[in-house]
Amino acid sequence: MVESILVLTHADENGMLSQASLEGVTAGKDLSVGLGAPLVIGVVAVNGSLATSLGFGNARVLCVADEALAQSRYASDAAACEALCRAAHASIVIVAAGSRFTRVAAGVAFRLGGLIDTHITSINVSASGEGRSIEVTRSFYRQRIEAVLSRDARPWFLLIDAGTHAAFTGDGPVGEVEDVPVELPSLRTQVLGLRAPQQNALTIRPEAKLLLVAGAGWTKKQADGQTHAAEAGDLILGFLRNTGASLGSSKSLVDQGGDGGPVLPFLTHMNQIGQTGSMPRHAKGLSTCCHGEEPHVVGWRFIADRRAISLDPNCGWARGKADVVYVADAFKVMAKVNEKLAAANEANSAVAAPDRDFQRSQEVDAAVLV
Amino acid sequence: MTNELHIVVCAGIAPDPLQTLEPVTGATGPGLKNEMMLPAILDPWAASALFEAANLASRFPGSKVWLVSLGPKAKLQQVMMTVAQKAIFELVPIDAPIGGFADAHATAGALADAIAALPGLDREKLLIFGGWESATRGAGVTLQLVGERLGITDQFQGVDQIDLHDDGSFEVLERVEGGKHQVSRCIGAPAVLGWATGNLAEPRNNPQTGMANMRTIMPALQKAKLATLTANGLHYSSVSLPKQQRTTRVVKDRSPDEIAAEIVAWIGAN
Repeated sequence: MVESILVLTHADENGMLSQASLEGVTAGKDLSVGLGAPLVIGVVAVNGSLATSLGFGNARVLCVADEALAQSRYASDAAACEALCRAAHASIVIVAAGSRFTRVAAGVAFRLGGLIDTHITSINVSASGEGRSIEVTRSFYRQRIEAVLSRDARPWFLLIDAGTHAAFTGDGPVGEVEDVPVELPSLRTQVLGLRAPQQNALTIRPEAKLLLVAGAGWTKKQADGQTHAAEAGDLILGFLRNTGASLGSSKSLVDQGGDGGPVLPFLTHMNQIGQTGSMPRHAKGLSTCCHGEEPHVVGWRFIADRRAISLDPNCGWARGKADVVYVADAFKVMAKVNEKLAAANEANSAVAAPDRDFQRSQEVDAAVLV
Repeated sequence: MTNELHIVVCAGIAPDPLQTLEPVTGATGPGLKNEMMLPAILDPWAASALFEAANLASRFPGSKVWLVSLGPKAKLQQVMMTVAQKAIFELVPIDAPIGGFADAHATAGALADAIAALPGLDREKLLIFGGWESATRGAGVTLQLVGERLGITDQFQGVDQIDLHDDGSFEVLERVEGGKHQVSRCIGAPAVLGWATGNLAEPRNNPQTGMANMRTIMPALQKAKLATLTANGLHYSSVSLPKQQRTTRVVKDRSPDEIAAEIVAWIGAN
């Protein structure tokens, strides 16, 4: 089968290609080389010349530009992507997962009579008969089972997970860009902006190197027979302030608010990781007061370097899930950690400045940011 | 103006998350070992969608909730024994194989056909709800495909909140990157909403609700239509458990100060 590849990309709020899009371009270039297939870059933007200011090497560049595409919205994005796909006539369409294109990729595949597979973590090319075939790897059952699969049908849309490919940085001079006309449908939806919840603003930080996960143990009765939720909250927020870490939580801790139990007021379902939450990607993760059940481990699948503090020496974390498990009282350890981090920050503010963004976020009300 | 809604919730079933899953390959392709024996639950994010739908319907008189669920009848019946106690709905079961390895396009086709055939469904009042991803296949594409098949192009994914206005328009909060929500306003139904967690706690079991639901659920299960899910050219080369075993160092009998020093050094290390 003679393949051709299209990478669907879009501009971000600055007009340049989004980070996810750049990762998609890398995936497309790798696959193009592996298959010896032509590559097309499709760009969705308001300002085509700004979004296509990178050199894409030998790739053909198509662009759909329209004011309406400033908004991330199903109807307009799907129409724009459909126009690019019809212009490119590609057999493989690569889309990098971000909230914008994850929303529309399946719909576009349907309109093209194609099929889609998502959460792709790797794309491999192998010799097959007279040609080469493509196999992709993805997970099932919330990262608990891994499968390698392929499809005969074309066009085949591959939605690749964020963080699985390096961001493309440019290849040679800027080439010619072909404008692709698009007829947008009547738009019934208007995007009003972005909103960061007051309490957890900036506790979720995808770019942070460290993830702190708070488990339900923080709100359980301690050695004195009492709960210490307020103290737990101070310790956790202090740690975030000192390190700039992102905050994750187990479902049981978030759910406690609804069940009338003691709560950490800054936690919402947005912080939840694992089976019914997100699967964040950070270089390091520190788990505190969590049990080690498999559903929780799901949330840690993409954390490279994992440590945990737990009172239970038989916790699931001690059975091959974490690199280091500290059998200790998290209240005492985290208090000491915060002391040491604060002292270090004070001694050398240039190396580890207190997180002023975080402090500011505690002072502002819920706001529409854009 | 009345805001009567027809909400169709698409929800599959998933193995209880506390169960250990082991893949096996059978004559029809990959599956889970003892899959029919594993206790099942309503898919978690789809369950959020159902609870939000029931809450919304209860606020707007004349509204109705359908639960369209695809799976083996016996497993659906088991799951409904619990779910039926939590919200008022009419079950539309589709008898189909269990598991996350089926093709999403085939599943979406079966769901869309079932929705299109619902008697009394008013498209101008239609909101299609579901989880933004399942806990089985986790593709996050089924709802979009259902929407496209039904010609609905106002779609929202990762929804945590919907606020319905008197004029029929509604405001939606969708999860986007960085822990933020995108706020959108749609002029009204029809629309597709793939729910994340939402804001509602899981309702407590109400036996009276359960009894009322079961009067219609059992006959519906008996009349469930059989669906065949085509593979659409999908081939599995391998299905396995991820290799994730780590050599864990367990640190005991150390003072909080010593542990804190080690953690601080670890945080600062490249």
